[in-house]
Amino acid sequence: MNASAAANSASADAFVRVDGVSRVFAPRLSLGDRIAGALGGTVDRRAVRAVDGVSLDLARGEVLGLVGESGCGKSTLGRMISGILPPSAGTVRVAGEPVMTAGHRPRKRTTRVQMVFQDPYASLDPRMRIGDTIAEGPLAHGIVKRAAVGEFVAAELARVGLEADAARRFPHQFSGGQRQRVAIARALAMRPDVLVCDEPVASLDVSIQAQVLNLLMRLRRELSLTMLFISHHLGVVRHLSDRVAVMYLGRVVEVGPAAAVYDDPRHPYTRALLASLPKLILEDGVAVTFQAIEGELPSPLSPPPGCHFHQRCNIAQPQCAQIVPAMRSVGAGRIAACHLCGDETATIRRGAA
Amino acid sequence: MSEAASGSALLRVRDLATHFFTRTGVVKAVDGVSFDVDAGEIVGLVGESGSGKSVTGYSILGLVDAPGRIVSGSIRLEGRELTGLSEPEMRALRGNRLSMVFQDPMTTLNPVLTIGEQIRLAIEAHERVSRATARDRSAQALSRVGIPDAARRLDAYPHQFSGGMRQRVAIAIALLNRPRLILADEPTTALDVSIQAQILTEIKSLVRDLGTALVWISHDLVTVSALSSRLLVMYAGRIVEQGPTAVVLREPRHPYTRGLVDSLPSLGAPGRDLAQIPGNPPSLRDLPEGCAFRPRCARATGACVAAPPTSEAGTRSWRCHHPLETAS
Repeated sequence: MNASAAANSASADAFVRVDGVSRVFAPRLSLGDRIAGALGGTVDRRAVRAVDGVSLDLARGEVLGLVGESGCGKSTLGRMISGILPPSAGTVRVAGEPVMTAGHRPRKRTTRVQMVFQDPYASLDPRMRIGDTIAEGPLAHGIVKRAAVGEFVAAELARVGLEADAARRFPHQFSGGQRQRVAIARALAMRPDVLVCDEPVASLDVSIQAQVLNLLMRLRRELSLTMLFISHHLGVVRHLSDRVAVMYLGRVVEVGPAAAVYDDPRHPYTRALLASLPKLILEDGVAVTFQAIEGELPSPLSPPPGCHFHQRCNIAQPQCAQIVPAMRSVGAGRIAACHLCGDETATIRRGAA
Repeated sequence: MSEAASGSALLRVRDLATHFFTRTGVVKAVDGVSFDVDAGEIVGLVGESGSGKSVTGYSILGLVDAPGRIVSGSIRLEGRELTGLSEPEMRALRGNRLSMVFQDPMTTLNPVLTIGEQIRLAIEAHERVSRATARDRSAQALSRVGIPDAARRLDAYPHQFSGGMRQRVAIAIALLNRPRLILADEPTTALDVSIQAQILTEIKSLVRDLGTALVWISHDLVTVSALSSRLLVMYAGRIVEQGPTAVVLREPRHPYTRGLVDSLPSLGAPGRDLAQIPGNPPSLRDLPEGCAFRPRCARATGACVAAPPTSEAGTRSWRCHHPLETAS
């Protein structure tokens, strides 16, 4: 992936630099398994490579959408970028500084990256008042003096559209949408440069989703936030993102400007994923179109060799089962990891289609 | 919805009200719901959480538990009144004339029984058959929903299947006895986009081939529209609008439907603010008087304090004092 990292990080002004990051989850062996192993028995030691050599750059103020199906590693990658989870290999830097120092515990983590999680009911402490939840981090890091906490919390709440008296209440006293506003306020109270949002509207009702998405877009403009927006919801990602990265089974398979990727996907997986999304076409006669991808997601315990997608790909060639495709340029600011979608082949294919 | 049409309806629900009598008050989860489903028809029932869409489904299946009960209204399947049937009578119907698919196939399937045993139980609940016949029919049922190597997979346990495959098993069980009507409650919500598309495609062709009617209950307007020819939109326990899917989506008459359609992130205008419906869905314990959507509605006036009338035009109907005009 080193060549691809070079291709991707052509922009010297990368603010967030994810460089060859991997994360392996190995099973913790039980005592029985360890004894069996010591005695020469066979023990299932298969590890999941949740994220496998991912390199990505985010420019300052940019929103990068990260899409993929469940189990593709997008949340694991988000946690590593947030400095919550240490990578097994590779580094994540924000403005040149690593988000997490390796080695001794407690590890030193950056506060420049903050995260908003999917389920605000699970991510907020049910026994802490909202005001304490929001002030905890800033107090610990000296962002606010104890004497000024009240005003500080009120201002943070106002920014996400909540009343100041919310500070005295508990998470269960809020609706899902309001709780997610609290989670956003807590993240922003740390004055982050980068906000990682992991499925921030997936648990919300349809009519509330639009409220939270509009809030995120407004905050991004006001605070010039750099955002990683993780979602399986392709429509939401398209709506918010400047650029999009598509993940499949631990690897990034395509990156490019959102409009370009959605209008003219190059990687066969991106193409299939976009086609599988039911789309409403409201002009002249409503139609809903979608096209299913063949086959199932392979098990991440034993991903197929070569290109992970080759078994489900309708243009796969013999080499796809053997050689891991490197990232290559497929147009202005676009890269894709596919043996068959360089600039020329893509043109031919689209001509033939 | 003329009388002539509803006379031949496979399912006819009239003024259904299902309330939950809790210590903190009466929750009117379903409050005056009427609709028809014709034989072989796919109807989409959309609404947000708490709109009463699932309780409507459970009421039809006779699965409403205390403290909830059907307080009034009528549910007729093939002309037969279902409200007031005894549990043994309902059991004879469920899985036979009437069946269901739920959201999470991991919790609907029994984790300690093999897939084959579960299918056999579903067959034996309604018919006396030999083990060999049951096994043959089970294998057929699995291969019908696109599970490869079906005969061998009968001996597998649910945890050995992927989410998409488990939902296929649940659908296979629902289709076993060729029901006249299937109620599917968020059946693809737990699945990935690419698997969802597979299931949508398959279920559409299955119900077409078997002539089964399907009520597809979901919060996802787009998925529902991908399947259904008719759309029912629920809000706070009531159907606020119903009609042919294409017409309802293109020219909603109810402001809530309009809001739902507008708040979908379109692929057309990225970056722009989404049209949002202000406020939150109301608490079902404490519904606003009159139209429940009134506090969130831009068109609301003093008139909306009174319950809105049901207006009909052709094949559609809506409940609103100030419906949106149609272009035509």
